[in-house]
Amino acid sequence: MAADSIAMQSPQDLGEDPQTDPSQTPPEVAPADEKADSLWRDFWYAFRGNKMAVVSLVLIGVLVVVAIVTALFPSVLPYDPYQQDLSASFQEPSLAHLCGTDQQGRDIFSRILVGTQVSLTVGLLAVSISLVVGVTLGAIAGYKGGVVDTIIMRCMDMMLAIPSILLAIAFMAALGKGIDKAVVAIGLVSIPEYARIVRSQILSVKENDYVAAARVIGDSDAAIIFRHVLPNVLPSIIVRATLGISGAILDCAALGFLGLGVQPPQAEWGDMLGRGRNFIFSAPYTMIFPGLAITITVLAFNLLGDGLRDAVDPKSRRR
Amino acid sequence: MDDEVLIDVQHLTKSFVADSNFFGKPTSFVQAVDDVSFKIHRGEAFGLVGESGCGKTTIGKMLVGLLTPTSGRIVYDGRDLTAMRPKERRALCSDIQLIFQDPYASLNPRMTIGDIIAEPIKTNKLLPAEKVDPRVDELLECVGLAPYMRNRYPHEFSGGQRQRVGIARALAVNPKLIVCDEPVSALDVSVQAQVLNLLDDLKDQFGLTYLFIAHGLNVVKHISDRVGVMYLGKLMEVADKSDLYHDPLCPYTQALLSAIPSVDPKLRRKRIILEGDVPSPIDPPAGCRFASRCFANVGACDVTAPDLYEELPGHWCACHRYDGVNPEDVIDTSHEISRIAASPAYGRSASEGAEARGMAE
Repeated sequence: MAADSIAMQSPQDLGEDPQTDPSQTPPEVAPADEKADSLWRDFWYAFRGNKMAVVSLVLIGVLVVVAIVTALFPSVLPYDPYQQDLSASFQEPSLAHLCGTDQQGRDIFSRILVGTQVSLTVGLLAVSISLVVGVTLGAIAGYKGGVVDTIIMRCMDMMLAIPSILLAIAFMAALGKGIDKAVVAIGLVSIPEYARIVRSQILSVKENDYVAAARVIGDSDAAIIFRHVLPNVLPSIIVRATLGISGAILDCAALGFLGLGVQPPQAEWGDMLGRGRNFIFSAPYTMIFPGLAITITVLAFNLLGDGLRDAVDPKSRRR
Repeated sequence: MDDEVLIDVQHLTKSFVADSNFFGKPTSFVQAVDDVSFKIHRGEAFGLVGESGCGKTTIGKMLVGLLTPTSGRIVYDGRDLTAMRPKERRALCSDIQLIFQDPYASLNPRMTIGDIIAEPIKTNKLLPAEKVDPRVDELLECVGLAPYMRNRYPHEFSGGQRQRVGIARALAVNPKLIVCDEPVSALDVSVQAQVLNLLDDLKDQFGLTYLFIAHGLNVVKHISDRVGVMYLGKLMEVADKSDLYHDPLCPYTQALLSAIPSVDPKLRRKRIILEGDVPSPIDPPAGCRFASRCFANVGACDVTAPDLYEELPGHWCACHRYDGVNPEDVIDTSHEISRIAASPAYGRSASEGAEARGMAE
């Protein structure tokens, strides 16, 4: 009979019990120096390993000091940045005028120092606006999904469809001229970028088992977003935000170049660049030094961003 | 074992939308879990086995509240979890916990393991703040980790150690029921044994009840008191461990048991090789879910789905061969599957069916 051949061993023998030595974890000697590192200390440990990032942090620190000191004590400046002296126009860089003088005979070095105030303020404020609004919108869209997601993201798509500088100009046209309006305009136009980055990151992070674990533990939605989801989205936000600062400084310079940002005679790097362009061959120093100031500042923020990203990732930390 | 029922799953069903039309109206469903009922007694380890996609994990997720059942009830300690408001359900989080399959994805890479284990205590406000740290140390020791490791991040640990952290997190709220969702299938064999033994010890130490989900029968055999076998969203057989392993009634269970690899060549047995694939859960067979691949198909199997009957005391099986008949009358009482298959009553249709499908050599 055919069924005879379905010969099987007694099921008693089925399955091998995975019994091995129950000795649990391999014995490990507690290193004496493993003390409770605070989060900040861990972070600082990792950050200072990155030399370029430290250099850029120092540079940004210097810029901040310059901005504050020139704002509080204008007397430290070698010349009054707004004092016109037509007899001294287009002086080449010398010991008297480190970066030369412009068409109106104003000292370019003093104007660059004062311009730091505008660039840093615009960079930080504009990014704060887009960061807060963009991250919130992106987090809601990514975490909630469904109709909320569709509505938010389609609005963002509409904003992205218009070139950002054009949109900023449109905002400026609506809001009027002035540096405060420029900050708002620059902040508003980069909201979609943050929202999109945060949303896509959240979509992938929220599928992780540790988010499910948090839900099983009984965490509220807010606790899940702030403790489990956002910290894991943080690296991309930090990188984007520091790049955003440099982007905002450039946008502000571009608006200044177009004559929409600051109002004369306020010293601003982009505005100085724009005014200097007429004399690019006869007096290149009127463009070179403001341009250098923009480049160095932007580069410092970018390098700082890279350093921060690596430092907040526990996996890339060295102990 | 205490005979008190801790969790009573009644006619649990979960379907997911597989496709929907332009207006968002669902047009087809995946029947992940279909009318599954079982009880777990206090202090017991209930094993749930079945191949990938049979719905075991979905059941586990419904028990811990990660998924909402489409229909059916989950009665925990006399209270219906499915009828609770979210707030009430959240209050029960500290009673039912989950251990995840993947120890790499289940720990937040940006939290130290001390914070990971402390979080459930703080969230549920189980202890005053100053008592949290000692409790975390205690939990770490419970699962075989050293307290000094508490400031390390998950990536500094091996898979087995991470799984221990996951276990400590589940234990932190003093749960009564732990759903272990394939807790060892991502680990290698020697580590599997360590983690299984740890789970076994903790069960006695804390008086836990387990729903142990796995696809490896030997893993389930090691830890469970009773075992349920699932196939394509249906529970096919539920029995005490020894009954199920020695005396499987359902043909699917028999095939499953015959597939356990053995390291001893003398013990190698004839495998029951099943033909074909698991049918799609989007459009499951009308009759018994296993009918299309069963070597003992009795005809009725293709038409009506068998109910889960208590064929022998404590031994439930969903199979038309035993419908309302005591299997002692149907089959030889011998404890060998070969004899079961050889018995005239069984062979009545099984031999034809088996030959027709080229099962029996």
